[in-house]
Amino acid sequence: MGKAGAPEKLIMHGKRLDSRKLDEFRPMEAAIGVIPQSRGSATFSFGDTHAIVGVQGPGPMHPKGLQEPTRTKLRCHYFMAPFATSERGRPGRSRRSTEISMVIGEALSNVIFLEEYPKTALDIFMEILQANASTRCAALNAASMALAEAGIPMKDLISSLSVGKADGQILLDVAGAEDNFGDVDMAVATVGGGDAFVLLQMDGVITLAEFRTMLDMAKHGCAVVHKKQKEALMKHYNSEEVSL
Amino acid sequence: MSNDYMKKLILAGTRADGRALDEFREVVVTKGVIKTAEGSAMVTIGKTKVIAGIKMDAATPYPDTPNEGNLVVDAEFVPFANPEFEAGPPSEHSIALARVVDRGIRECHAIDTEKLVIVPKELVWSVHIDVHTINDDGNLQDAASLAAIAALQDCKIPKYDVEKKQVVKEATAVVSSGKSLPLQDTPVEVTVHKIGNKLFVDPDVEEIEASDARVTIASTENGDLCAMQKGGNGSFTVDELVKAAEIAIEKGRELRERLE
Repeated sequence: MGKAGAPEKLIMHGKRLDSRKLDEFRPMEAAIGVIPQSRGSATFSFGDTHAIVGVQGPGPMHPKGLQEPTRTKLRCHYFMAPFATSERGRPGRSRRSTEISMVIGEALSNVIFLEEYPKTALDIFMEILQANASTRCAALNAASMALAEAGIPMKDLISSLSVGKADGQILLDVAGAEDNFGDVDMAVATVGGGDAFVLLQMDGVITLAEFRTMLDMAKHGCAVVHKKQKEALMKHYNSEEVSL
Repeated sequence: MSNDYMKKLILAGTRADGRALDEFREVVVTKGVIKTAEGSAMVTIGKTKVIAGIKMDAATPYPDTPNEGNLVVDAEFVPFANPEFEAGPPSEHSIALARVVDRGIRECHAIDTEKLVIVPKELVWSVHIDVHTINDDGNLQDAASLAAIAALQDCKIPKYDVEKKQVVKEATAVVSSGKSLPLQDTPVEVTVHKIGNKLFVDPDVEEIEASDARVTIASTENGDLCAMQKGGNGSFTVDELVKAAEIAIEKGRELRERLE
């Protein structure tokens, strides 16, 4: 559609605008235990996309009428800070954030043993402090790490990333102009770096063959994210001093 | 009937109403059902019924698309359609449904929005699609998407009075210019559900209760994929997703024939 401000090419000689290769991540950073007052917390970033997540609960569920007798009510709250984008965003809930909160909750409910905490509410608060694409993926990665730190029983971590298509090429970890002017953006998440896709959102036009390629790239990429998450958890606990 | 029974049937490759796993219930598309709307359509899939209505208005363009018309999709889960629905502000489910319908239409540029400019950078047509559920017996997403595209095909652009700077209206309806919307594709959404290792389409409410996971896939006239969204709990493997996409393309072709 030739949007205003689009660069002439997003890929030159197999390199992207930020000089990454097609299947290269932006630098990833992950840490847990970043919000002492929350039960569990984590940050995750893909390059300039920074997510911070805190878990509260399981606690009392109000109103009681919404209690679930056999399991905890998982409540996900994804928000984008007004200062996280080039133009100030409206604070609070939007249709976009409502939808993203929902799909993140659906993804997480695959791994959390919700029945461990009947009649309670478990809240996951996700804030995007700085946005440069793949914000829902960063939020989901941090959320599953924060849940691990909170000691919520889980089957495994969930690992998420985006793949996309620009200038006819399939890309890992979409960012910047690729997000604004690329052809396709697909956010996915898998369990434990394996073959179980628990989140999938695709926008743009692709062929069936391209879809297959993107899924394979995404699956391998999620395994790399999973490793990064585990390393951050291990690092935290190995560095904590043991007090007797 | 219990979830377990529904699961058992699907796993055995059968269904309570005797359909094949990849078979839709009867699909009926009726265009032009609302006189006051610029475009409208009613879609029934079995007992599921939705109505999509389109209103168009002259509006300022969005800052990032100054020379394109606007598209807005909303969905209203009217409480009479399902005892589970509640009155009040839109639920997350109705928001997600509307946004997935929106993306199916938007991502393949089904509407040539560049042809919806009245005064460049100042005034464009805004196409507002509202989908209302009348009866929910499952598969609202596919019904809503089909109704939306049918309503777009039915839509006539209103007459615009450039001197008075307003849409020409009569007592009960706007005056039509007689021109159809500039459409370039016919995206159709098909939601593929999963129980165990079986994939199936067009569940009724009882089958939805038993479903492990679902993925909605929009496909274009020439068989490309143009939007996708996994929903519900549960997961898919790579092979299952590719198979689901194949099913969605094939079933999408069948549904598209209903639009003619």
